[in-house]
Amino acid sequence: MTRHLLSIDDLDAADIAEIFDTAAEMHDVQRRAVKKLPALRGRTVINLFFEDSTRTRSSFEIAGKWLSADVINLSAKGSSASKGESLRDTVLTVTAMGVDGLVVRHGASGAAHQISQWVDVPVVNAGDGMHEHPTQALLDAYTLTRRLGSLEGKHVAIVGDLTHSRVFRSNIKCLLALGASVTAVAPPTLMPAGAGEWAKSAGFATSYELDPVLPDADAVMMLRVQRERMSGGYFPTAREYTVGYGLTRDRLGLLGADTPILHPGPMNRGLEISADAADSVDRSVVLDQVSAGVAVRMSVLYHLLAGEETR
Amino acid sequence: MTDPTGTAPGTVLIKGASLLGEATADVLVAEGRIQEVGTTPGATSAADRTIDADGLVLLPGLVDLHTHLREPGREDAETVLTGSRAAAVGGFTAVLAMANTSPVTDTAEAAERVLDLGRAAGLVDVQPVGAVTKALAGAELAELGLMARSRARVRVFSDDGRCVHDARVMRRALEYVKTFGGVISQHSQDPALAGPTACCHEGELSGRLGLPGWPGVAEEVIVARDVMLARHTGSRVHVAHVSTAGSVEMIRWAKAQGIDVTAEVTPHHLLLTTDLLASENGGYDPTYKVNPPLRPVEDVEALRAALADGTIDAVATDHAPHARHDKEHAFVDAAFGMLGLETALPLVATVMVGSGLMDWAGVARVMSADPARIAGLSEHGRPLAVGEPANLTLVDPAATVTIDREDSVSLSRNNPWHGRALTGAVRATLLRGRPTVLEGALQ
Repeated sequence: MTRHLLSIDDLDAADIAEIFDTAAEMHDVQRRAVKKLPALRGRTVINLFFEDSTRTRSSFEIAGKWLSADVINLSAKGSSASKGESLRDTVLTVTAMGVDGLVVRHGASGAAHQISQWVDVPVVNAGDGMHEHPTQALLDAYTLTRRLGSLEGKHVAIVGDLTHSRVFRSNIKCLLALGASVTAVAPPTLMPAGAGEWAKSAGFATSYELDPVLPDADAVMMLRVQRERMSGGYFPTAREYTVGYGLTRDRLGLLGADTPILHPGPMNRGLEISADAADSVDRSVVLDQVSAGVAVRMSVLYHLLAGEETR
Repeated sequence: MTDPTGTAPGTVLIKGASLLGEATADVLVAEGRIQEVGTTPGATSAADRTIDADGLVLLPGLVDLHTHLREPGREDAETVLTGSRAAAVGGFTAVLAMANTSPVTDTAEAAERVLDLGRAAGLVDVQPVGAVTKALAGAELAELGLMARSRARVRVFSDDGRCVHDARVMRRALEYVKTFGGVISQHSQDPALAGPTACCHEGELSGRLGLPGWPGVAEEVIVARDVMLARHTGSRVHVAHVSTAGSVEMIRWAKAQGIDVTAEVTPHHLLLTTDLLASENGGYDPTYKVNPPLRPVEDVEALRAALADGTIDAVATDHAPHARHDKEHAFVDAAFGMLGLETALPLVATVMVGSGLMDWAGVARVMSADPARIAGLSEHGRPLAVGEPANLTLVDPAATVTIDREDSVSLSRNNPWHGRALTGAVRATLLRGRPTVLEGALQ
């Protein structure tokens, strides 16, 4: 394991397997009456969120607390930059308070990477702009692994606003590292710049059409479409998007009866995912993802922050 | 400080310099002009100061079409004085100070103030650039005529940092500056195509890193539009900091049509490529955040070839000093720009001369003669001949210098060349016969 978790690039397949093994143990803790492990007792973790995110922040907060860390949430949104303070000054000020680890969420790609170069404590990237969200990718892959077993040779479709998605950028690396094949599906306007070249070098497929991809998919990962994209001219109307790329009731018929459907949330029901898909008892693993998120984040915090004496 | 409009007292003999890298000669300078050029000047013994120029190349003083001096408004990043120091150390005798200061240089008084600050600094001729539109807002023309008629005699107008994106406003500006032989220097960037957060060349790398892309076509459509407007108005347009092969093709076509278009390229666009932003190379380092962004190697090669064949007329630094804290943000939020004045000559020497694409006469053309011609500076960029102004630069073509950002005389340290070894070093700079730099050090 590396010192920070900034990108899935920081991990190899063995690291990911180790994180999953520990996460499985952590998962069991969730079923206990007393959900507390002593691993990070005396350690202080700051959730430094420059961008709002209730679910990710809560997930990290619960993960830290169940490991007995002192977790402090700091919303830095607008607080420093609006006063003219540089990002570096903000981060150095926070870490000078004696923290042992930073969980950083920022609206700008690369921010966590830059912060890691300024501080001497481990940094976990909890989402940086359009770049990566590595713990989301880990929890998605962990969820799929529990459902499908090994991901080696499995085919995953990732569908939606790929251009603006950090979840996509982390997932593509994580799934490929675990031996899955991936098809990225989006309209041309929501396909990242240079996607063809990138796909070729990284080894995934791209498609502007969803229907031909679904029958061969062992899992479908739907991504949230931000409604402001409509005014940005990325696609004409919600209706047209849904017809082309939504996981509608009709499209469910193209999937296997127990093909898992993932969504990182929050879901736009009726836009990218129908209620039938979101609530499909046999196929939707959306709530499993949320539950797995705590376990995976406990595992990540444990591996990065627990001293040798406690491991 | 010496008023640079004055001339140096006494005489200076530059002994044994290679003129534009060719024949070796002695050059005697007095009363601000070149008095003698030859192997045995008669006045040799009478010189007050002799500069041993054995092995050095003598060039006309360098002229920068594109400098940001930050004064007024951001004197913590640079002042006219500190920027003038950096210019002189870099071998420049004249710089054009861009208008995007605070307040903006959009009135005669503002232009004269910059001119006066330059004269007070006394190290280079600081020629203000006037804004095209009031407050760079892109809506109403600034007082172009009053700036032109002021003591500053403004001839170059630019909203640099922003594009004059309204075609009607651009057309009117081009028409208006014809009255006094002005030129519009355009920051070619369609704001709708590049978007408000664009910070990185749009391509596979921006897609992978999740950085908002700045596509080359956002530059090319403005270049294409502007050369057509220049043709329509019969006016002059200058393309600032060209960065793509497509723009080069457009400029080449326009020149072939007889359209009055000139163009500049920065040293960094001649050498650095967008892949410096990839994490394996340090990742998201705002030192490399520049506008227009660094482009792929195909563009860089096209820019070099275009500079060599004259399609691109000039090298301009786009010297953009920033205080450290303005770069210590997330990449998307950090300020655009990098230092350029002190390293321009060695970069051009390394990239163009060292590769055989250009000789020293070519360097004089793209770093002195053509920039002076474009800016309408009659006392700069002149031939190395008797009677010409003694604005001169002496270069050691064999010196290899490893750049250390802490050595800079600029107030800022956003230097992308830190740690790189470059060939070629400025040894002396003379402004109207007065040495401003000797042995590489400010006088």
